[in-house]
Amino acid sequence: MTLLWKEVVDMAKKTVPLGTEFIKGLWDQNPVLKQLLGMCPTLAVTNSALNGFAMGAATSFVLISSSTIVGLIRKLVPPQVRIPCYIVVIAGFVTVADYYLRAQFPDISASLGPYIPLIVVNCVILGRQEAFASRNPVGRSILDALGMGVGFTVALIILGSVRELLGAGSIFGSTLMPAIFERWTIMLLPAGAFLALGVMIGIGNFIASRAEGGK
Amino acid sequence: MEYLAILISAVIVNNFVLNYFLGICPFLGVSDRISSAVGLGMATTFVMTMASAVTWLINHKILIPFKVPFLQYVAFILVIASLVQLVEMFVKKVSPPLYKALGIFLPLITTNCAILGMALFAALRDYGFLETLVFGIGAGVGFTLAITIMAGIREQLDTADIPPSLKGAGITLITASLLALSFMGFQGLIKS
Repeated sequence: MTLLWKEVVDMAKKTVPLGTEFIKGLWDQNPVLKQLLGMCPTLAVTNSALNGFAMGAATSFVLISSSTIVGLIRKLVPPQVRIPCYIVVIAGFVTVADYYLRAQFPDISASLGPYIPLIVVNCVILGRQEAFASRNPVGRSILDALGMGVGFTVALIILGSVRELLGAGSIFGSTLMPAIFERWTIMLLPAGAFLALGVMIGIGNFIASRAEGGK
Repeated sequence: MEYLAILISAVIVNNFVLNYFLGICPFLGVSDRISSAVGLGMATTFVMTMASAVTWLINHKILIPFKVPFLQYVAFILVIASLVQLVEMFVKKVSPPLYKALGIFLPLITTNCAILGMALFAALRDYGFLETLVFGIGAGVGFTLAITIMAGIREQLDTADIPPSLKGAGITLITASLLALSFMGFQGLIKS
């Protein structure tokens, strides 16, 4: 408990506004669009908006829970063995998420397949533990994880929606395109995933360079 | 024949990078020079082959007999992490230039989802010991193939005129898309 209290005092001393810790994950340091982390699930499961959302939610859950635990134990873990410790914490929460999805949402669990257990090696999560949660008080780590999780989920939903709209003419399962629309089946296949993300990152960079008043 | 099918399927038809999206981070990160791509590919293949054997043994000789399959993820990732540590020490000793070239990405093999993905796919498909081993080698060779082709293309891209917004990740992903498209041509090779 004293440890926890010290964290709170530490937190108050910090000068970075708390809101910034949250907001930076949404755009400036968006894990998918800017940091290019967590590419594997981003590409693999975004063939529909719903799958993208489910993956984003599961990843956010694991990210927030492990950031909380790592933030709490960061002073007890010797630096030499920190990576294995973090991975065990992450793998534990992934197991929880996987078994929960399997029990409550068997359809989603089946369509995501082995990509749910693969959250263990999602570099967004280990990256945040290493870069942030191991060096900051627990409150800030949670905010940081929350921002990164939301940023990740939003990017996945956008990518999933674009691919679903072009590939199947619908978003979240409800048909939007007129019947005359020729479906781009390729968008649902692996090649379409690479293409959609590549173009999305390009557009992101373009907007960012415009905002800086560049060319 | 069955083993050959597994091998060809893992290397070409269901290529880990281009079809399952496993190992994308190093695929994008280390694919700018052929030499480092081949080095990382070989390190990954080595770790993958070892990991396929060890994870099968752990899964079938420890986790299943003791009825603790929920420890699968934790056990697999720990085995892979220690194997990577071993390879890192080995490369550092044997080939310092290669160690320097691979730099930060060697420890990152731990979080290379291709390796854990291989172990999970093998467990999911109920492969036997030899099948898992062949699958592991095939997945490693497939990864090496994809990342080397990519590095070859990117070396040529250096001199190309690319729109500024697409420089770096954007153009790499679009190139990967074309690569995946051409690998789809192999689809009919194996009856699924």
